[in-house]
Amino acid sequence: MVGIVGYGSYLPRYRIKVEEIAHQWGRDSETVKRGLMLKEKTVPGMDEDTITISVEAARNALKRADIDPVEIGALYIGSESHPYAVKPSGTVVAEALGVVPNVHIADYEFACKAGTEAMFVAHGLVKADLVKYALAIGADTSQGAPGDALEFSAAAGGSAFIFGKKGVIAEILDTFSYTTDTPDFWRREGAFYPLHSGRFTGEPAYFKHELGAAKAILNKSGYKPTDFAHAIFHMPNGKFPLAVAKRLGFTKEQIDAGWIVPLMGNTYSGSSPTGFSATLDIAKPGELIILVSFGSGAGSDAFIFKMTDRIDEVRDKATKLKEILENNRIYLDYGQYAKYRGKIIMSG
Amino acid sequence: MPSPRYRREMPQRYRLEAAKCKKCGKLFFPPRLVCAACGSKGFDKTKLSETGTIISYTIIRVAPADFATQVPYAIAIVESDNGARLTTQVVDCKPEDLEIGKKVKFVFRKLYTEGHTGIICYGYKAVLV
Amino acid sequence: MREVAVIGCGMTKFGELWEKSLRDIFVEAALKAIDDAGVDHIDSMYVGAMTPGLFVGQEHISALMADYLGVAPIPAMRVESACCSSGMALRLGLFEISSGHSDIVLVGGVEKMNDGADATYALATAADQEYEVYQGVTFPGLYALIARAHMHRYGTTRKQLAAVSVKNHHNGAMNPNAQFQREVTLEQVMNATLVADPLTVLDSSPVSDGAACVVLTSVDFAKQLKAPLVKILGSGAATDTLALHSREDITALKAVKVSGEVAYKMAGVKPSDIDVAEVHDCFSIAEICIIEELGFTEKGKGGPFTEQGNTALEGKIPVNPSGGLKSKGHPVGATGIAQVVEVVEQLRGKAGKRQVKNATIGLTQNMGGSGASSVTHIFKI
Repeated sequence: MVGIVGYGSYLPRYRIKVEEIAHQWGRDSETVKRGLMLKEKTVPGMDEDTITISVEAARNALKRADIDPVEIGALYIGSESHPYAVKPSGTVVAEALGVVPNVHIADYEFACKAGTEAMFVAHGLVKADLVKYALAIGADTSQGAPGDALEFSAAAGGSAFIFGKKGVIAEILDTFSYTTDTPDFWRREGAFYPLHSGRFTGEPAYFKHELGAAKAILNKSGYKPTDFAHAIFHMPNGKFPLAVAKRLGFTKEQIDAGWIVPLMGNTYSGSSPTGFSATLDIAKPGELIILVSFGSGAGSDAFIFKMTDRIDEVRDKATKLKEILENNRIYLDYGQYAKYRGKIIMSG
Repeated sequence: MPSPRYRREMPQRYRLEAAKCKKCGKLFFPPRLVCAACGSKGFDKTKLSETGTIISYTIIRVAPADFATQVPYAIAIVESDNGARLTTQVVDCKPEDLEIGKKVKFVFRKLYTEGHTGIICYGYKAVLV
Repeated sequence: MREVAVIGCGMTKFGELWEKSLRDIFVEAALKAIDDAGVDHIDSMYVGAMTPGLFVGQEHISALMADYLGVAPIPAMRVESACCSSGMALRLGLFEISSGHSDIVLVGGVEKMNDGADATYALATAADQEYEVYQGVTFPGLYALIARAHMHRYGTTRKQLAAVSVKNHHNGAMNPNAQFQREVTLEQVMNATLVADPLTVLDSSPVSDGAACVVLTSVDFAKQLKAPLVKILGSGAATDTLALHSREDITALKAVKVSGEVAYKMAGVKPSDIDVAEVHDCFSIAEICIIEELGFTEKGKGGPFTEQGNTALEGKIPVNPSGGLKSKGHPVGATGIAQVVEVVEQLRGKAGKRQVKNATIGLTQNMGGSGASSVTHIFKI
């Protein structure tokens, strides 16, 4: 049996409300909130980045996995906000966790699906018996250009998953990837903010790949939407995952546990993985879960998990996502937010 | 900070590795070669507890250049639950939240970056429990 | 071992000396001291300086100063011990003469802090770089940690801290060499801009330029010169953990206590014998801790002791009649010798309006870092 042996998440404590951003740019906040189905989003502290978020999420995963970090043979971080353009995030995280030096490390980037990409590869290596445990992290401190629609959603956070064969809490029954070349959203080397092609990011990008991957994995595995207790779809906003669920035949109840985007925002590579982490917090032994990510560019990774009895033993060993999401929130005004996100020009 | 110096302290900054005197049991952070309590030279490798208590604190309002954008920030002397003391920032809180005797938890954070192009310096900080 | 005396002293005005260079101010103070001593040569010299390399990009200032003072090829040595660099230099001068190796030694201290360097950073190099400074600690921050703990443990009040600054500014207002020759009120100190809570800018010594020098000789030799003669009765130096957090009690300045005890023992005097003291009030809380460690009052009572006026000019034990580091200024490397200059003038009865009456035994205490180094000297006329 190959699957997840430990999972954990981390979100910064700082938040900014949709109203605050809307006010800054002269937008009507009620329209924005209704249109995107968002209330607020996480903001990284000035001392947080993809690396620090990854470390905290992975420490939580290690608590639940209860393994010696040196047994981790592969460590992958998916993010579109790696702090260095050249120099891996993974090495810092591995050093902080005490995983070095006998480990394979890589940083992934595939817009919002880099996290599940890391999971996909980590699973494969464990299944092939190349490593005993593999750690996959999806984390981001994503940026939306000031005044752009993305600014309402671009958030910070991440989740980590340790894959192994011993002590599995969520067995992987199937995986599938669906990918095409679709320039719906991008950031060029050296550019500070990403660009996107407006409504082209919807139907030909998000929906095509989400639906394509979901239908393919259902077809391949033989499961029907009603077989699943929970489903997680990538959450660029509140609305899209609800629409995708409906089109596939999933109910709101099935996606409820992982639909954390109204309070979290879009944590990009950490979006669907963190929805999945929130779902693991409440999933019961024997339940089936489907996870379908989406990354612009574009592609979707799909996974089918089956919960084992061990979930009940490990769940409480680390902080649950709902607590991370709802406790100790510190609200910023737009000026503080702009400072925290480095949006203020400090030197000529 | 020059990379060689930065890397050398990683076991402490990243993983809070400490040394415990084999003879008298005193805990040292960072590890030392000679026990300051009993003079013996044998140590066991260990780690600081994940939590500790504030011994004293201040709010830095005038900072060196590398920290200038972070002001005001809190600095505390914290005693780890297993008895070693260290100086650390306490983040994600308001100055008025701090008190001598309050419990904190160590977290992994960015300390500062060397301008726009230099290395990013990471290490421990604390948050109130 | 020969007895040693201070026979000459001189200092520059302390402050922002924009028109004068590092070498200029040292030479100015040295010439005054040599002139005051009335000697026609010196055998060797020691120069205390904390970090001229960081402040003005100049190391190797021992040779530079000997060169510009026109005394080369005599031996010259730079001494560094953070803010007590020149206090430590005095010990070396003392040893050199008492051992009989030299007859006349110039000991000075100098720092030029206002030449465009990041003073906060430069000063912070006296703390633990890897485990204090890396976290963003500053010197005001370290003393603020001490202050908070002292207040918590002994009930020392914000007002008592302010009383130190008020008293030192009062004294400094009468010192023509002081950087700030003006009085401040308790309210001004307490309501001033916070630097590191609970310390304000008026709890803190300033960033200063300045130099101070003394000429030492053996007592026997001094008698031949018929120069005014102030004997060095005792010298004590001690160290403590560099990092403040490594101390079991962060309100205790152990190095100060030990340096004081050693100096008292060597001099054969008690704290109650001291008529005047210059101590290292880099921050208001430092003076409170130091007067406790030197035995002028009990541990924990430094706040009320100060508030009650015991350390004022006319008090039980006048502390920092010069205005201290707070009002006179704190060019870090020069401070230790500037303290000696003040005590010598007090013992000679030449301190003008700030003269302590009938002072015959004086003490200087100079400290480095957050108290990791301390040096105490006792003088008698």
